[in-house]
Amino acid sequence: MADVMVLQGIRQRYGGGDSPLVEVLHGIDLKLPEGGFSALIGPSGSGKSTLLNIIGLLESPTEGQLWLAGEQASGQNDRVRTALRNRYLGFIFQFHHLLPAFSAEENVLMPVLAGVGRISAADRERARTLLARVGLAEHAHKRPVQLSGGQQQRVAIVRALINRPRLVLADEPTGNLDSQTANEVFALLRELNREEGMSFLIVTHDPRLAQSCDQQFYLQDGRLLPPAQADERQ
Amino acid sequence: MSFIWTVAWRLLREGRFQTALILGGVTIGVGVIVYITAIVNGLQANIIDRTLSSQAHVVLRPADRLNQAALSAPDGVTPLADVRKRTQRENTIANWTPLLHEIRAHPRVTASAVMASGPGVAQQGGVRKSVSLMGIELDDYQTVVRLDNKLRSGQLQLAAGEALIGVELAADLGLSPGSRLRLQSASGEQISVRVAATLDFGLKDLNRRWVLMPLRDAQNLLGYRLDITEIYVRTDQLFEAETLAGQLSASTGLTADSWQASNGQLVTALKSQRASSTMIRVFVTFAVALGIASVLVVSVVQRQREIGILRAMGTPAWRILGVFLLQGGIVGLVGALFGTGLGAGLALGFTQIARTEDGGPLFPVVLDSELFISTALIAFVVGLLSALMPALRAARLDPVEAIRG
Ligand SMILES: Nc1ncnc2c1ncn2[C@@H]1O[C@H](COP(=O)(O)OP(=O)(O)O)[C@@H](O)[C@H]1O
Ligand SMILES: [Mg+2]
Repeated sequence: MADVMVLQGIRQRYGGGDSPLVEVLHGIDLKLPEGGFSALIGPSGSGKSTLLNIIGLLESPTEGQLWLAGEQASGQNDRVRTALRNRYLGFIFQFHHLLPAFSAEENVLMPVLAGVGRISAADRERARTLLARVGLAEHAHKRPVQLSGGQQQRVAIVRALINRPRLVLADEPTGNLDSQTANEVFALLRELNREEGMSFLIVTHDPRLAQSCDQQFYLQDGRLLPPAQADERQ
Repeated sequence: MSFIWTVAWRLLREGRFQTALILGGVTIGVGVIVYITAIVNGLQANIIDRTLSSQAHVVLRPADRLNQAALSAPDGVTPLADVRKRTQRENTIANWTPLLHEIRAHPRVTASAVMASGPGVAQQGGVRKSVSLMGIELDDYQTVVRLDNKLRSGQLQLAAGEALIGVELAADLGLSPGSRLRLQSASGEQISVRVAATLDFGLKDLNRRWVLMPLRDAQNLLGYRLDITEIYVRTDQLFEAETLAGQLSASTGLTADSWQASNGQLVTALKSQRASSTMIRVFVTFAVALGIASVLVVSVVQRQREIGILRAMGTPAWRILGVFLLQGGIVGLVGALFGTGLGAGLALGFTQIARTEDGGPLFPVVLDSELFISTALIAFVVGLLSALMPALRAARLDPVEAIRG
């Protein structure tokens, strides 16, 4: 199977100048298969969010190369990276970050509006179908504040899928939810991965949830551990 | 474009309190500007109107002719200059018909009239008053200076042997329409005339001195033969009178004075009044711009996370820039709409309060579409410009920082 994302020798350094130079990632090589469902785990401060932001083209690595859906994604300017994000990537964050001024459906359609500039009837139809798929058909016209935490996160998930991305990046998507809701949301991600066929990379603290993924990456002190060692750690 | 409109509009609607605050600021600012502009323009138009009601826009007079002395200087003496002005009596415009044609041919000249004027004395019973004798062709003269609105008693007509006099002079000499009056020129020539009407020229001094009479009568009385002393000109471009005067002077060889030149102090006063009102407008505009900018900056900081998430999902920076620019533009434009309403209301209210003794408005305020359109345009541009700094800040937000923020 082809890889949707390939990372080669990714290093990330912060600081320099007045502040001390720290290297957060020390040469990461990674391949994410098309349609895969992977977990990124590791202790707090090990660099998971940094790695996810680099994969998500939200920040550029100090060294190394990355390819997204076969396109060279490293060394590109903000305009190109923005367009690549819009076309190929979906984001789910720990906090839903829904726009409070817009309804659930409008939030879901925002990536379409942001990229293409206008919304077609087909887009609207897809938004409704997806919202219905996650059990929010009744809530499409509610504002985020009128929804529960689990419902808000489900809206955020649908928003990440609306543009049919090739890869969905989720940074502790269940970190802010109680364990039952977390299980439900995680199960939903898994089902959507099977139904929609896009690849997922999920950062999580929960070993049990990580275990249910196809593949686990264990990050420690800015390095990916080899699979055998990673298994031990869990 | 649709993204920018949708998001800008929704953010404005959502931040109701901030939007109301900023709109209130713009409305008051624009209101003050419209009010001051309407009052100052009205006042100035009124002052100019009153000043020019008894004056021509341009007056042409004979050029100062300089005579060389007939005697030559004796040997060994080198006079640096030896020139003398002709006396006023001799300084008239002869053969003026072609000059008048020339003046009337100028495209900016809407009307013109000739005048033969000079000093004289008016006598009635034992009372003598010094007056200005002004010979005119009544119909021509009225195309340059309106008289119908100055008539206080009698008939506006000037047959031979008739005169129109100022109301003060009539009171001083106890004259009314139909009375007879003896006029004497400086040369001693005398004529008895009949008062056809009394006029109020708007200034006490003019009312005390002005005697309008037929051109022929004045020429005879003053001893000018067929000469005249002035040509009065009216133009459709009031504020170009200075330029017109220069052109007419060049083409006729006469001295030309614009109304601005003859009312130097007034023009200076009007200019400084205009300058101070411009200053107020500029400062108010700055205050409004700062208000818009500061509220939008706060809004950008507050919405940092939302902007970050929009950027993360692939919103180009220029669309974020557009969202905040448009908010500034909308606020400017809508504020201008409310503000012109407020300013116009205040200005009209002012005319209700400020009234003359006879109950009419002190002066009409000037509320024209040009004022509204220019204010709206300026407010829109100022809104955009003041939103520029916050908008750039929003567009340059690092999504990672913003989301972690
Ligand atoms: N912009 C930055 N500047 C400096 N240090 C950073 C920056 N971003 C992250 N770090 C540091 O990098 C390390 C890894 O952070 P992060 O990727 O957030 O870890 P995780 O998500 O695994 O908890 C931390 O020590 C953090 O302080
Ligand atoms: Mg993290």
